[in-house]
Amino acid sequence: MATKIFKHIQTSVVPLPIENIDTDQIIPARFLKATTREGFGNNLFRDWRFDENNAPKEDFVLNNPNFSGKILVAGKNFGCGSSREHAAWAIADYGFDAVVSSFFADIFKGNALNNGLLPVQVSDDFLKKIFDAVDADQHTVVEIDLVDQFIKIVATGEQETFEVNPYKKACMTNGYDDIDYILSKKELIEEFEEAK
Amino acid sequence: MGQTLFDKIWDAHVVSSNEGFPDILYIDTHFIHEVTSPQAFDGLRTRGLPVFRPKQTVATADHNVPTIDQHLPIKEELSRYQVDMLTKNCAEFGIELYGLGHPFQGIVHVIGPELGITRPGGTYVCGDSHTSTHGAFGAIAFGIGTSQVEQVMATQCLLQSRPKRMKIEVNGTLQNGVGAKDIILYIISKISAAGGTGYAVEYAGDTIRALSMEGRMTICNMSIEMGARCGLIAPDQTTIEYVKGREFAPKGEEWDKAVAYWKTLYSDADAQFDEVLSFKAEDIEPMITYGTNPGMGIGVTQHVPETASFETKEQGSYKKALDYMGLHDDEQLLGKPIDYVFIGSCTNSRIEDLRQVAEFVKGKHKADNVTVWVVPGSKQVQEQAIREGLDKIFDEAGFPLREPGCSACLGMNEDKIPAGKYCVSTSNRNFEGRQGPNSRTFLASPLTAAASAITGRVTDIREFLKSSESELVS
Ligand code: SF4
Repeated sequence: MATKIFKHIQTSVVPLPIENIDTDQIIPARFLKATTREGFGNNLFRDWRFDENNAPKEDFVLNNPNFSGKILVAGKNFGCGSSREHAAWAIADYGFDAVVSSFFADIFKGNALNNGLLPVQVSDDFLKKIFDAVDADQHTVVEIDLVDQFIKIVATGEQETFEVNPYKKACMTNGYDDIDYILSKKELIEEFEEAK
Repeated sequence: MGQTLFDKIWDAHVVSSNEGFPDILYIDTHFIHEVTSPQAFDGLRTRGLPVFRPKQTVATADHNVPTIDQHLPIKEELSRYQVDMLTKNCAEFGIELYGLGHPFQGIVHVIGPELGITRPGGTYVCGDSHTSTHGAFGAIAFGIGTSQVEQVMATQCLLQSRPKRMKIEVNGTLQNGVGAKDIILYIISKISAAGGTGYAVEYAGDTIRALSMEGRMTICNMSIEMGARCGLIAPDQTTIEYVKGREFAPKGEEWDKAVAYWKTLYSDADAQFDEVLSFKAEDIEPMITYGTNPGMGIGVTQHVPETASFETKEQGSYKKALDYMGLHDDEQLLGKPIDYVFIGSCTNSRIEDLRQVAEFVKGKHKADNVTVWVVPGSKQVQEQAIREGLDKIFDEAGFPLREPGCSACLGMNEDKIPAGKYCVSTSNRNFEGRQGPNSRTFLASPLTAAASAITGRVTDIREFLKSSESELVS
């Protein structure tokens, strides 16, 4: 089954300079009762975005009309905590194509990659450069190229390369899918079971 | 060169390994529950695939279920729908379900071990990050996302790169009143909520060896709270005794064969780890968290750190956490009034936890300002507690024993801590809103939670133990 293809984007960014953002913040547990993958974007960062009466909190970045774009930039250890893939669905469903941070929790990283949402891990320094650039100009544009594995602040030309598992890169740039790959080795699985 | 325990188990489960690709790892048992499985079943339907090995898939309903009146239909409509969906999906795909009302129902990480499904040397996955619990048996156990749940359903395999290996040793004798939960909260407070990311962590040392299986499960359970991929402890006689005779444990000749294999499961003396850390048991106090991630923990007599003690770029996040918790720099938690005590979750809801709490609260009564919930990890734990008369002790102490489920660990059902209230909780996460919108969580051991319920304040269990003759073994 083909999945979403990701090769290259260039857009403004949404900054969220908070560390250790856990998946309970990205999508609180009470919104995990849906049985489909759609619609989680409405509740992305629910309790930071809305108050008890469901009114938008003005000081939260997603409610600030000056910020928009397809790249979320967040503090280190993004996506820690619960394994809920709903977190990746919510971010993608909201309209983001990539998340940039100086460190990602393992399970979140895997979940994102499985949903065409690219986690881009940059150095602490480069993360700070992006935050500083956005501080200076809210419409700072960032380019991410998965094929050549670099991220660039367009206005200043500052750039950094990033790591990505070569298999996962092939999946994302071609729309390949893990299950198709494993099932292509079905004989090996059956042989393994026989030998056990 | 020798091999680590982790590598021995991993190598025994590799179906295919190709340069540049993650390994295809065979999964012995896949545990599923109502919250992270519906989209995976839908995926199978779209692909027109069956569950590849339904007999190696075990389902239960735990995250969403009420913890009172479980014999009645679930009131909350969305929860009921999700639980019903699991029942339908299991029937359609031929999966055994330990649903509500079944004698084996319970929190997925409690029932796997207690039914003898989790065994040394095995590989286990579940769409829940605390799957690391099962590593206590000397097994590889991962939490996975829903796309991977679908993957394992479709293939009984998981595509996974081999993580790095870390060994964490704890040696020495624990203080009276200090237990497994304090050990793991202490380790996480030392290495941070991200300190184990990318690693499979093996816990070793004589302090770990001296723990019961239930204590070991508490330790491995929280591996994910330092970001580790999984946690594991080499099996020994304690492990073998625990598994023996359980419902689905191997029997007869099979058992002898299994035990012979389990005895080969340890890290060789010359095995290389990518990282080795050591801690002294004597340094560990009863622990409590003060912040909004499990790495933000201190000994119960210590003070909350000062904002200025952090690097400038971390100060904003730190202040945000303290504000959320309604705490200030240098505050001491000891003596702080609390509102709720939650004894439960896959970290601390097993029969030993309940026995320990019951022994302590016997003849005492909770403080008036505190609401206490005791939520057993499984139907079997609940029934055992009742057989042992623990429910009566709890009742007299004002600690009502509820029915099994995840409950206030994540507040998906009705068991939510109200906004602004403080809860001393034996669960594993103190994230913002984890126990209910704007709830405030102090993570601690069952004994610390029980003592705090009695006084109505954050309490040092050692003070109680000093003043009573009873030596509590933790
Ligand atoms: S008790 Fe809590 S941590 Fe454990 S499985 Fe349930 S929700 Fe997850």
